[in-house]
Amino acid sequence: MTVLDIDHAGRVFGSGHLRVVALDGVTLQVGPGEFVAVMGPSGSGKSTLLRLAGGLDRPTSGRVLLAGRDLAPLDEAGLAEARRRQVGFLFQEANLLPTLTAAENVALALELDGVRPKAAMAGARGLLESLGLLAAAGARFPAQLSGGEQQRVAIARAVAGGRSLLLADEPTGALDVLTGETVMGLLRQRCDSGCAVVLATHNIRHAAWADRVVFLSGGRLSGETGPPPGPGCLLETGRTR
Amino acid sequence: MSVRHSLLALLSAGPMHGYGLKTEFEAATGDVWPLNVGQVYTTLGRLERDGMVTAETDADGQKIYQITDPGRGELARWFDTPVPREVIPRQELAIKLVFAMRSGAADVTAVVQRQRVATVRALQDITRLKTDAEASGDTAWLLMLDALVFQAEAEARWLDMCEARLAREQVSTDLARRRAEVQQLGIAAAPAAERSTE
Repeated sequence: MTVLDIDHAGRVFGSGHLRVVALDGVTLQVGPGEFVAVMGPSGSGKSTLLRLAGGLDRPTSGRVLLAGRDLAPLDEAGLAEARRRQVGFLFQEANLLPTLTAAENVALALELDGVRPKAAMAGARGLLESLGLLAAAGARFPAQLSGGEQQRVAIARAVAGGRSLLLADEPTGALDVLTGETVMGLLRQRCDSGCAVVLATHNIRHAAWADRVVFLSGGRLSGETGPPPGPGCLLETGRTR
Repeated sequence: MSVRHSLLALLSAGPMHGYGLKTEFEAATGDVWPLNVGQVYTTLGRLERDGMVTAETDADGQKIYQITDPGRGELARWFDTPVPREVIPRQELAIKLVFAMRSGAADVTAVVQRQRVATVRALQDITRLKTDAEASGDTAWLLMLDALVFQAEAEARWLDMCEARLAREQVSTDLARRRAEVQQLGIAAAPAAERSTE
């Protein structure tokens, strides 16, 4: 089953001469473990698409389905519940709660899912470790962590509780080149363990980590790379290892 | 690309046969710059002539090459000197876009988008190789792949810029046309308004 199904979704803001079409009939399906990058310049509709995908906003036309379930009939509480169960968000800033330790930030997401505090803490530590953060870092407060470490905590929090969809909006914008690369590698790893990832970016270097890259221009899909070609990469031939 | 200095660098690690040098060069650069064996022997011949390498014939009758002190000096000078930037590198893509615009024979935006898709595909391939290189801890190969990634990124950013300029041009053309239309309407409406007050 598709994790995310965006079906001819449109989003219009304002009316009359102030009417702005942010998205215009966009269709996109994302399967489990698939990594899709949405590329386009500022104002092309990337963030709007991500907000619709995560149920943070509703389309003015078309439909958005999460794990086969149409979000349209849900009231605000229902929408929040669907978000919490299925979707993790990752932004340019990690947005961690400053008065909780790294591990507590992650554990909180699990506790909201109904996991008991002790088990939530254990789960949080395990997740942080899988993302390369040692126990000592888990006990620190966000202000005591580097930008790259904070973003790792944010990834752990976003995927905690087995959320099936991770929506990332320029998550490496505030990081240096190599740390940004590490974060992209971690997103790739989450995909390989079954989580679907949709990344909005204007950076082609980051988009290249995805299985599929779709291009947005003026709120419309203007092209895509299609699924990755099989083995037989342009550089592999003849290389002796 | 300096084949000459690359061969000296390979020989600085120990004596080698010509064919071995070709294979090592291609392994180090992942076939990005394939060398033909003739090119290798011509370069080795010049290096020998210039006293940078010496050649001995081994038991199988094959020439084995060894770097000399002047060769090491030349190699050190290469590493110590920054690579000069080509003043006008011949870039097929830039030339293609310039002529697409000037000739009006192609949809420039479509040319840009096709190139962007191709660039992303190439980058996806390189990124997959990087993941493998990272796992095997081959840092020299990773640096080589990084170089390809950033070249592709530069190209893509330039394409973004082209597209943005084309879009801006389109907006100002549309705006100018609308202004002209409004002006014409105004001229047409003014006498009508005068008439209505009469």
